[in-house]
Amino acid sequence: MEVLSSTTTRAAPVFGVARRRRSEDAIRVGLLLAALVSVLTTTGIVISLAREAIGFFADVGIGEFLFGTDWSPIIKPQSFGVLPLVGGTFLITGIALLVAIPLGLGSAIYLSEYAGPRTRRRVKPVLELLAGVPTIVFGFFAIVFFTPTVLVDLLGMDLNLFNALSAGIVMGFMVMPTIASVSEDAMSAVPASLREGAFGLGASRVQTSLRVVFPAALSGIVASIVLGASRAVGETMIVLIAAGQVAALTADVRDPMYTMTSFIAAIGKGDVATGTTQYKTIFAVGALLFAITLVMNLISIRFVRKYRQVYE
Amino acid sequence: MSATIGAPRRSARLRGTAFKVLLLSCIGISAAMLGTLLIKMGVEGVGQISPSFITDYASFVADKAGIRAALLGTLWLMAVCAAFIIPVGVATAVYLEEYADDSRWWNRAIEVNIQNLAAVPSIVYGILGLAFLVRGPFGVGQVVLAGGLTLGLLVLPVVIITGREAIRAVPPSIREGSMALGATQWQTIWRQVLPAAIPGIATGLILALSRAIGETAPLIMVGAATFVAFDPSLNSTFTALPIQIFDWISRPSNSVNDYASLAAGGIVVLMILLLAMNAVAIWLRNRYEQKW
Repeated sequence: MEVLSSTTTRAAPVFGVARRRRSEDAIRVGLLLAALVSVLTTTGIVISLAREAIGFFADVGIGEFLFGTDWSPIIKPQSFGVLPLVGGTFLITGIALLVAIPLGLGSAIYLSEYAGPRTRRRVKPVLELLAGVPTIVFGFFAIVFFTPTVLVDLLGMDLNLFNALSAGIVMGFMVMPTIASVSEDAMSAVPASLREGAFGLGASRVQTSLRVVFPAALSGIVASIVLGASRAVGETMIVLIAAGQVAALTADVRDPMYTMTSFIAAIGKGDVATGTTQYKTIFAVGALLFAITLVMNLISIRFVRKYRQVYE
Repeated sequence: MSATIGAPRRSARLRGTAFKVLLLSCIGISAAMLGTLLIKMGVEGVGQISPSFITDYASFVADKAGIRAALLGTLWLMAVCAAFIIPVGVATAVYLEEYADDSRWWNRAIEVNIQNLAAVPSIVYGILGLAFLVRGPFGVGQVVLAGGLTLGLLVLPVVIITGREAIRAVPPSIREGSMALGATQWQTIWRQVLPAAIPGIATGLILALSRAIGETAPLIMVGAATFVAFDPSLNSTFTALPIQIFDWISRPSNSVNDYASLAAGGIVVLMILLLAMNAVAIWLRNRYEQKW
């Protein structure tokens, strides 16, 4: 309101001013309503997850769900310990990050500290394209090429066709552009004066990149990694296609394993009847997944804000 | 050894070169992975591409199977998605950039909320679509409308975030000039700010749609069918390209039915659509990018 009254004339009683002010107010309200759609989306997600998850926890104890080590929701005797799904999720996420962090940070340092504007213009579309490849394509690539050709033929590994290792490595390439672009933004935001100071003291480019720019951009780099991890935790199709569908609490990356997302999709694929416990497991596991990624996203948002405050 | 003070020693220079090579190889490995992926899909799939592959319906006989219903389903989904995200996304971006007072907590909450939504797993949107659009309060069933809206909610943050950047890039002097000539705030936005921001907004829109077109997991949740032998419409059951591809990937191939090649063929079509969209986005950005 304050904004409007300062921009419309108040003195002269020009014909139509009141009407115009009313329509300006109406537009403002309409725009606010549109902005509220995103708030309603979050509300809708929370309500849809919570409603059925509460029903689930009426049947299954929260302690049994969170700390149980046996996941067998369909085959009797049923058991609803979610740890095998969580373990699979974090194991594959860990593999993906082992690939994505060095590749992403290396690319980011190159783009921000070494590349000229022309190289940057050529390299960035490549990273954007890599980020734009549908994850179903990555999943297919993992089972028709990466596992049989690279892991088995080239590296001579002995593993299942569906395994955590292949899904994790391929997922690393999916996550890598996120880490590269967010941390490059952070490094580019470091003021040139810091670099010039380092060069002035005789530091080489390597030293400047690693000991001045990298620490100065650290909060943005942390944000990029946490955001990348969140994307890996939430990725469905690569694991659904390439990691197999066995709920096993194991650290053997050559074995197939379920993740939270691939379990949800596998149940969702069949037409499950509303109200059954299987239907409710979708929402219980979904609620856990949402909670985990929410925490990661909020950490990442906070770190991004931190470097923006310092340098912009 | 060296005459000038502070000139890098040989070992230091060597280390510098090694570091640069290391950094370059990070980009190189990623680019090589992308290249291998594109070539592998092309080689496997290009043999499938024929007029009948595009115009035939799904079939259990691999030789007769086509993507007609899937392609039309995807186009329908994109139309619904665009019809939803253009007005809502642009209006939200305008509100947050031009009206919202950042010192109010609710405006900051809307911002953080959108940033978080951008990183919520796509399958969670699928659960939302399943619980609210397919079965729950709105209960429209497993139809194109539900699928398109689910995808729309999923990519809405992309439109909002890129739209805001485009609007923010319009310099304040344009707004001040317009207001000084007596235009109201909305007239300024509608006639000056939005036209100047359109290339950026359109780029974000295309990027959002190119993300939506390849999404599979949410469509699995809202119950996209895998075998559709009719042309879909707004309120019919449907399939889509990624769903059709996923169905082919899931089937074991044998000497009679080579589903893996069909999947690769579908992927080639999907990637061509994606590359075309990305090319348009990059062209738009380069053609109309304005330095104020």
